[in-house]
Amino acid sequence: MNRSRRTLLKAASFLAGVALGGGMLRSVFAADWNAAAFDAVDINGAMKGIGVAAATFSKDIEIQVPQIAENGAVVPIQVTSRIPNTRFIAILVEKNPFPLIAQINFLNGAEGYVSTRIKMGESSNIKAVVQADGKFYSASKDVKVTIGGCGE
Amino acid sequence: MQAMKIRARMEGDNSAADIKVLVNHPMETGQRKDANGELIPRHFIQTIKATHNGKIVIDAQWSQAISKNPFFGFKIKGAKSGDTVTVSWVDNKGETSSIDAKIEPASS
Repeated sequence: MNRSRRTLLKAASFLAGVALGGGMLRSVFAADWNAAAFDAVDINGAMKGIGVAAATFSKDIEIQVPQIAENGAVVPIQVTSRIPNTRFIAILVEKNPFPLIAQINFLNGAEGYVSTRIKMGESSNIKAVVQADGKFYSASKDVKVTIGGCGE
Repeated sequence: MQAMKIRARMEGDNSAADIKVLVNHPMETGQRKDANGELIPRHFIQTIKATHNGKIVIDAQWSQAISKNPFFGFKIKGAKSGDTVTVSWVDNKGETSSIDAKIEPASS
């Protein structure tokens, strides 16, 4: 075995080690991120990904969004669930390339409430899905987007 | 640049604490192109968690469609002025940050 080949083999095994280590680290970081649900490209796939087969409309879910969003890159949204024992709120934008935006789990006294800002590629229906006592509920609102925000 | 900002304050009727968090993060969607026409890789916060006096209260997962420099607000029932709230996040590159705050009394 000549010297350059040995060096090459050493370099290759080092790189393999780095790749393996990197892979393991990534899997630790992403352990509780639901890739199947977030990578779904349609709303049915996203709903399935978060374990929702069907959701009942509920007037106890309030979605606060602007009717018209001038900038799709920053659309403020607040979701409040008045359903007792709300375990999670999921936010979905039907016409986004990846409809599932967020799933917020509430524990140990957190209220069924979330306030954030989201990106919308175009005008769309926004859906909030709530899980409470093992049952699923939903509400939705339409938002008209003047300038899409998926490029941001 | 400071990575995170937090404000934790009791609501007027003292029924819950209102927590507001701002994070400095690019939240790249993976769909944007740079000046050379190359796609900028996806870079976004995947999980964000909050604890109240060490007990977990919020356990959330995000997509890349949360706006750049994310804002996140939530409420904790039964919290009291002086209690500690900690918020931490992890992104898809394994970068992480956290911040904590003492809950302030309701503003009069």
